Amino acid sequence: MPDTQPAVQLDHISRHYQMGETRVRAVDDVTLSVARGEYLALLGSSGSGKSTLLNLIAGLDRPTAGAILANGANLAELSPLDLARYRCNTIGMIFQSFNLLPRMTLEENVELPLRLAEVDHSARPGRVREALERVRLTHRLGHRPTELSGGEQQRVAIARALVNRPQILLADEPTGNLDSTTGETILSLLRELQAQLGMTIVMVTHERPLAERFADRLATMGDGKLLGITSAARGPAQ
Amino acid sequence: MKPRDLTDLALRNLREAVLRNSLTTLGVAVGVASFVAILSLGVGLQQMAAKRLAQSGLFDTIFVTPKNNFRGMGRPQRELESDKPPRPLDEDARHELERLPNALEVYPQVRFFTEVRFNDKPFGTVVAGLPDSSRNSGAFDGMQGNFFSSTSADEAILQIEFAKDLSKDPPSLLGQNLTLRYAERQAIPATANDASSGAGDSGGGFSVVPKELKLTIVGIVETEPAAGFGGSGNARLLIPLGTASKLRAAQVNDLRDIVRGSTSTKTVYPTLSVRAKSPSQVEALEASIKNLGFNAFSLLDASNSLRTFFKVFDLLLGIFGSLALAVATLGIVNTLVMAILERRREIGVLKALGAADSDVQQLFFLEAGVMGFLGGILGVGFGWLLGRAITFGTNIYLKQQNLNPIELSSVPWWLAVLALVFSVIVSLIAGLYPASRAAKLNPVDALRYE
Repeated sequence: MPDTQPAVQLDHISRHYQMGETRVRAVDDVTLSVARGEYLALLGSSGSGKSTLLNLIAGLDRPTAGAILANGANLAELSPLDLARYRCNTIGMIFQSFNLLPRMTLEENVELPLRLAEVDHSARPGRVREALERVRLTHRLGHRPTELSGGEQQRVAIARALVNRPQILLADEPTGNLDSTTGETILSLLRELQAQLGMTIVMVTHERPLAERFADRLATMGDGKLLGITSAARGPAQ
Repeated sequence: MKPRDLTDLALRNLREAVLRNSLTTLGVAVGVASFVAILSLGVGLQQMAAKRLAQSGLFDTIFVTPKNNFRGMGRPQRELESDKPPRPLDEDARHELERLPNALEVYPQVRFFTEVRFNDKPFGTVVAGLPDSSRNSGAFDGMQGNFFSSTSADEAILQIEFAKDLSKDPPSLLGQNLTLRYAERQAIPATANDASSGAGDSGGGFSVVPKELKLTIVGIVETEPAAGFGGSGNARLLIPLGTASKLRAAQVNDLRDIVRGSTSTKTVYPTLSVRAKSPSQVEALEASIKNLGFNAFSLLDASNSLRTFFKVFDLLLGIFGSLALAVATLGIVNTLVMAILERRREIGVLKALGAADSDVQQLFFLEAGVMGFLGGILGVGFGWLLGRAITFGTNIYLKQQNLNPIELSSVPWWLAVLALVFSVIVSLIAGLYPASRAAKLNPVDALRYE
């Protein structure tokens, strides 16, 4: 159940940018609180600003106005180096297109965040194995991503996101490239891991039925604005 | 990221686009090779010149004269009127010079103008006595015939032009005899009073008696070692120093001694040559000799000028050689900029996973450095091979011209290290722009890139 202390607090966040002579309001004055251990789904049509909001929470982008409080700091005020550390130690990310590095084996892909976090070499194999065990892929350690199915690739991406034991897992359309059955399997896995590890999940999706089944709350966006937040009935993983 | 992880990732990235990176590295190698090859020729020429000069004795020899020797030529009169008489260059002085640290050998300059008879024809020439150490002089490389069999042999080596005067077929002179006619200086006992001898009234003195010595021609040489420097012009007939000393031939300074009234029978040398153990010790040795109260002169200054010349020469060669390397660095810039485009998404992933800008920058920087390092190693090897090939080709040509082979190129260790360091530094500079561009890449844009 959600903790009383928010994992992420968005306070009147805006992200505007100029495209030619047009000022695009990708995210416009959004205030939102994500509690610790909560599973929040960001819903909305294409161009509604949900991915931009996720990038802002990830520290990949900076807001043009407002504050993002996470891990005790305002992300809008952090230096590029501190933002990188935040992404490395607090955040885990998974993407629609998996974004595994094709020339690396599964083991090496999962090890990558440990390299960036400068984790001791001797501790790495155990951490990698543990992360791959969670997604049930230890038998394919030496394979390359192209030798795996879409669902398996996404499971590797989840293992990579978990290997640094993040507090917040951000998922950008994690089922977008998967068939519905595999998509459900992935979301079940996320739900299961959230229950095991107690981490916060913010997931961007445009599939409302799936979101309703797996998330705690649904935040709906449209034209950069937060249109509303609703509670979801917890689905099969509960 | 830890250096080990950075290096591992950089090498992995280089292996990934192996063909393109190999070609870029090869470009660097060709640049370094041209740099090394051109400089190796400069160094080789310098070493060749230095060796020749060292062998010639020009740069390790100090010419010692008494303080009064060259005075009076336009000097103010007061300088000539010293309270203390100048120190004579006698046997005592010679032994003292021999005891100086760094002095290898001390020998007198025996050099006189005289007449030589060959086939009953007279030829005027300067005769010089050569110390046995001249044997190692570069002047005798490729000589016709042989060096003197001993330091007191009645043998002669002819300078080639003089040999041509004696015969139209100089090699045929080897083994033939010639007669040296000279004026021997003979001491007159103190009791004698022969006004016709020209000696003063101080007692003793010497007379000049014509003498002859038969010499066997054993060799023909291009030029006298040290090109006759320090003496009175180039000698065309060379005899062993021991033989020359035994002759007690009257020399130029004898006449001067007579004029000055100094007619002592004690051996006094007009000039002594002091050879230092190495050219680098000449300066200190020259100062020690001056402290003993003699004039000393060496070609050190000329040697310094020569070294400066070669430094400038090498610098110019280096600039030309590095032009190819400069072109090669454009290849590195191109390869890395292309890599940024190709790996745009990967850079985005790295940043999303927590890579700092500096991690990405260092990664690209390291890739440039590795290409520079590998290119440098290959280039030094290629450059050395190129230098050897040029030397080989040159020696084939020299052989056809009946000339001795030479060592035209040389790659000393410092040149190899310099080329390697230069290659890495230039490559790192080439990597600055791509690395900075990769580091500044917006991760959101990079992740969106297909």
